[in-house]
Amino acid sequence: MALLEVSNLVVDIPTEDGTVHAVQDVSFTVHEGEFFGIVGESGSGKSVMVQSIMGLVAGARTSGTVDFRGRNLLALGDEAMRSVRGREIGMIFQDPLSSLHPQYTVGWQIVEQIRAHEKISQQAAKARAIELLERVRIPDAAARFDAYPHQFSGGMRQRVMIAMALSLGPALIIADEPTTALDSTVQAQILDLLDEMRREFGATVVMISHDLGVLARVADRVMVMYAGRRMELGESANVLCSPAHPYTAGLLRSSAFNREPGTPLVPIAGRPPSLLAPPSGCAFAARCPDAMSICSERPPLRRYDDGTEVVCWLEGEPGEPPAPELPPAVEARSDDPAADASIVRVESLRLAFPQRRGPARVVLDDITLEVRRGETLGLVGESGCGKTTLARAIAGLVAPTAGTVTFDGHELSTLGRREWRSLRRRVQVVFQDPFGSLNPRRRVGSIIGDPFRIHGLASGQGRRAEVQELMELVGLNPEHYNRFPSQFSGGQRQRIGIARAIALKPELVILDEPVSALDVSIQAQVLNLLDELQRTLGLTYLFISHDLSVVRHVCDRIAVMEGGRIIELDDADRLYRDPQQPFTKRLLAAAAPEIPRTPARRRLVRTARPREAGPAPVLLPERAIEGARR
Amino acid sequence: MTRFILARVGFGLLVLFLLSVFVFVLFYVSPSDPARIIAGDKATEELMAQIRVKLGLDQPIYVQYLNFVGNLLRGDIGFSYRSGLPVSDLLYARVPVTMSLVFGAVVLWLAIGIPIGIASAKHPGSLRDRFGQGFAIVGISFPTFVLGMMALFLLYFLPTKAGVTLFPPGGYVPFAEDPLGWAWHLILPWTTLALVVAAVYARLTRGQMLEVLGQDYIRTARAKGLTERRITYTHAFRSAMPPLVTQLGIDIGLMLGGVIVIEQVFGLLGVGSLAVTSVAMQDRPVVIAIVLLGGVFVVVANLVVDLLYAVLDSRVRTAAR
Repeated sequence: MALLEVSNLVVDIPTEDGTVHAVQDVSFTVHEGEFFGIVGESGSGKSVMVQSIMGLVAGARTSGTVDFRGRNLLALGDEAMRSVRGREIGMIFQDPLSSLHPQYTVGWQIVEQIRAHEKISQQAAKARAIELLERVRIPDAAARFDAYPHQFSGGMRQRVMIAMALSLGPALIIADEPTTALDSTVQAQILDLLDEMRREFGATVVMISHDLGVLARVADRVMVMYAGRRMELGESANVLCSPAHPYTAGLLRSSAFNREPGTPLVPIAGRPPSLLAPPSGCAFAARCPDAMSICSERPPLRRYDDGTEVVCWLEGEPGEPPAPELPPAVEARSDDPAADASIVRVESLRLAFPQRRGPARVVLDDITLEVRRGETLGLVGESGCGKTTLARAIAGLVAPTAGTVTFDGHELSTLGRREWRSLRRRVQVVFQDPFGSLNPRRRVGSIIGDPFRIHGLASGQGRRAEVQELMELVGLNPEHYNRFPSQFSGGQRQRIGIARAIALKPELVILDEPVSALDVSIQAQVLNLLDELQRTLGLTYLFISHDLSVVRHVCDRIAVMEGGRIIELDDADRLYRDPQQPFTKRLLAAAAPEIPRTPARRRLVRTARPREAGPAPVLLPERAIEGARR
Repeated sequence: MTRFILARVGFGLLVLFLLSVFVFVLFYVSPSDPARIIAGDKATEELMAQIRVKLGLDQPIYVQYLNFVGNLLRGDIGFSYRSGLPVSDLLYARVPVTMSLVFGAVVLWLAIGIPIGIASAKHPGSLRDRFGQGFAIVGISFPTFVLGMMALFLLYFLPTKAGVTLFPPGGYVPFAEDPLGWAWHLILPWTTLALVVAAVYARLTRGQMLEVLGQDYIRTARAKGLTERRITYTHAFRSAMPPLVTQLGIDIGLMLGGVIVIEQVFGLLGVGSLAVTSVAMQDRPVVIAIVLLGGVFVVVANLVVDLLYAVLDSRVRTAAR
């Protein structure tokens, strides 16, 4: 039975730059008791869609209908909507730290929600809140009732959010990227908990994610969204194993967890259209390998006998574009012909920060490691395990408490000023956040040209030529030399960071979560670029990531870190096949499974042409949300 | 927590010590002579020397300072050079006036500024918001004395000319004698002071509220099905408060140190007017007492703010444990 039925939903958000057409004509049905997944990259409109269903988007203008238990949520009055929120539909958000009020205890926040909808005593509400905290397995729930959100770990906070969302036994739970901000082992626990609670409470779950691997694990049915439109909808096994839409197929090809290590990823070329002026035909046509001339018209909805619905002109299965050719690898460079095979040697490295009270906090504990020339060494572990600190120590950015770091035969602690400068040229870092790590007030040309300026290697026209060559090399348009970082997308900004890092032909490049902030299809582009640069320039990479599937895809060897120690170090393949340590096993178990590709066995049932010249949809007045601005 | 308070009190004492030394040195290097001011232009050297001996001004500066500190520790803050009255008596008469003025104005400016700020933030860009913003700009741009004189003209001078007495032109009635008269006499100065400062608080509240209303946990509160009222006050305003408290602590401390202009305009004999005459007369004991009193107010206000911060912010509180 249908619990939530969304028909022809349109969400327009007026902004200073014009109207953002965030959701365009999306219809789907969520059945009672199912786990419904919505997948899409950033800007696909998935979050805005569910939030506008709940009336949480300020200034949004909506049309269409959202039928929930016999009422159209879009037409509900403020007070009626308020009683639906929290009581009949519970929500869980991405970042549990920022989504919980920092100044109130978690118990207070749960009790508040219960008492906002039910007239029960403080004691009864508290008893129920403690019971809920126990059900989501918060240890020592009665005592933790009075703790503040910042006193919990990320996973525990998300459990609190789940307890809160469940507190009134809602029929529907909407989870908006509930695991994205969490470590992978915790991610798996939260997903399991969510699924368990769904069964226990008899609730229906709609979960939004950008991560196909996450949804493949839990969702009964999935809907794939792109540029505010629905692309494909069906049972998750059907959609993910034999995608009918070229976009879904492309996403799967560019997901690292879904490709054999060593085989290049097949990125989706280009980038999503602007939602200010979306194309009138298929939104994906510009990036689609199967695009035809008819794709400039609005595609029809095709329904297959296995329940899959696809909005596409393509009748057969999507094609399989060839993998990009990679250039042959060159030998790793070395200035010193007598140099040995390792470029960095770390010996018994220890790093401890003194604390005001108590013993010093040990961040790195007795680490011995060797980075071989020309390899890609992966460094994986959960947040706070010391992987970034180790990379900083190797780059010479923090001084160790004990032990030595040797780069190409030179021990870092013995270097003089001049040697330091030359070493800086040979070790470079690419940072995680492509938005925060570029100065927004400086032009791209001068950011990439910095290394030449700092080391006094080129100036004026010469520097400009060097920079433009680099931009060409990393796939940026050299004519954009004078633009500011804000004029580039996330993937392009990461290319800027890479161009700056390789400007002086370094030997070792430290990549600190270089693709974590990027969408899957963009991740694949950047990973392939890194691979290509390594082959042509003979670079050595130290690749830090929390994402085991990405690490496995690009690394030759993997070091697993836990609590400031390297607990396991082996060839990527062997580590994957035969992990020794329990932590490694847990990490592997939590990583997304490969989705087997099976040929589609489905028959076209019906093709529905889009409503061409129907009456214009009636836009409902915007729901006023006070104060919120986005 | 106790350690924190002790540290702050110690720091406050250090500040007060430095302040007193600074004032002593300032008087010492200043070219004008208290004896000359007391005795008048035509006084003989002999008379002036007598006065100096009487006031202890013939002694070396450090002896003077040590005497001052010694007396202070015994609870004696000295006598005014000019009137010969104990400084404590002077302050006893003046401090309640200034306190009444400041605390009444504080209540009023919070009562005006915060609601305007919240209303503006709830509907950014709306007519209400623009009206509130306009009020803020007008309030901030007006000097206090202009506003005070306008208030006197409109609410005292014009009505009195027409034969109606709405408000008194100034003056002070102690609260203990006549609470209604106390408030009635202070309404004009309160309003004047409050209007100027409320504008600052309206802007500050608006900015804070706008920032907080964009936070994720406000979205959560809305998704929980709370009423808009509860979201605004219990969730949003609660988080917007700490910066307001900080500003309030600074402002109260500063105001108690001397709301000279307002006191002059409304003929209130408060600490501010006492400070002006004492400085002009080189009345060192009185000036030092006023400076130290102002210092104590600022130090105490800041200590209270820090303690309130711990009460308001669970993160500060639990970290201190």
